[in-house]
Amino acid sequence: MDNATVWIVIAGLALGSFGLRFVFIGLIGDRALPDWLQRHLRYTAVAVLPGLVAPMVMWPSATEGSPDPARLVAAIATIAVSYFTKNVLFAMATGAATLFIALSVLS
Amino acid sequence: MATTSIKSSFWKGFRAGLPFIFVIAPFAVLFGIVATEAGLNVAQTLVFSVAVIAGASQFTAVHLLTENTPTVIVIVSALAVNLRMAMYSASLAPYFGGEPLWKRALSAYLIVDQSYALTIVECEEHPKNSSRQNMAFFFGTVLPIVPIWYSCTLFGAWGGQAIPESFAIDFALPITFLAMVGPMLRTAPHMIAAFVSVAGSLLLVNVPYSLGLLVAALFAMSAGAWSEQWLAKRGDVDG
Repeated sequence: MDNATVWIVIAGLALGSFGLRFVFIGLIGDRALPDWLQRHLRYTAVAVLPGLVAPMVMWPSATEGSPDPARLVAAIATIAVSYFTKNVLFAMATGAATLFIALSVLS
Repeated sequence: MATTSIKSSFWKGFRAGLPFIFVIAPFAVLFGIVATEAGLNVAQTLVFSVAVIAGASQFTAVHLLTENTPTVIVIVSALAVNLRMAMYSASLAPYFGGEPLWKRALSAYLIVDQSYALTIVECEEHPKNSSRQNMAFFFGTVLPIVPIWYSCTLFGAWGGQAIPESFAIDFALPITFLAMVGPMLRTAPHMIAAFVSVAGSLLLVNVPYSLGLLVAALFAMSAGAWSEQWLAKRGDVDG
């Protein structure tokens, strides 16, 4: 990736993120958001992040896109632990440990 | 009297924010590592964290950059992850309303998941507090969090170059995201949205320019909103 592209992305994200944070506190004041919009905004993170991660898990770039049992097992362990414990850091540690064990056992 | 209550609000916020150091620091280090591994230089990585202060969105942008996604799609996708900030802004607005514009602008820049979550609880529990007290509490929560976000990004960026290839760092990103998603699956509509997101992005993976992700995300948002409304209606009928 070239330097200019990276800087453009950083600038775009910086301005856009500030805009999203400022729009109501700074400009609109305390008028409430319409219900339908709030209802959609509630699901944005959960609508983007799983979809972003799914292809990385199914077809990892490290194995040139062929499914990898070690990475699949690690992914399942991570989501299971994070769902049941709600503890993000513990889930990350479990996922990483599972990956290293699975990589050394399965390959 | 007024000054002491402002000060005590600030320090109350500071104490509330302290435990989050242990959550923020590892994420920031990891962002530094992942970003430099992806090819960003140390300056870019640091400016990224200072200018954006939003982990999930930053990770998204870095991942899409490595996939040679067109610039506009990188920005739109990463901003989509950040749309919840508009919701936070709307929910804090009534509590910060009386403050001067420059203070509101500064507080807007500093809205992150943790500062929002702590402050909204404080404001709702103490409805008689002034907007100055509310904002003092908010700035207090930010003090232990945001400087750690900056500095640990820098440590990660410096240290990242020292990590050997065999460490499977490629999978740090999926593991991070999966770990963040678990606690978000609070209700059935959240799970439905996540499922539609996964199914959609896998089916649309060959759509060029990573547009498949955005399309899947739109469907997933609608699925979440629609199923929430459907469940609420059914609840009304039942109850």
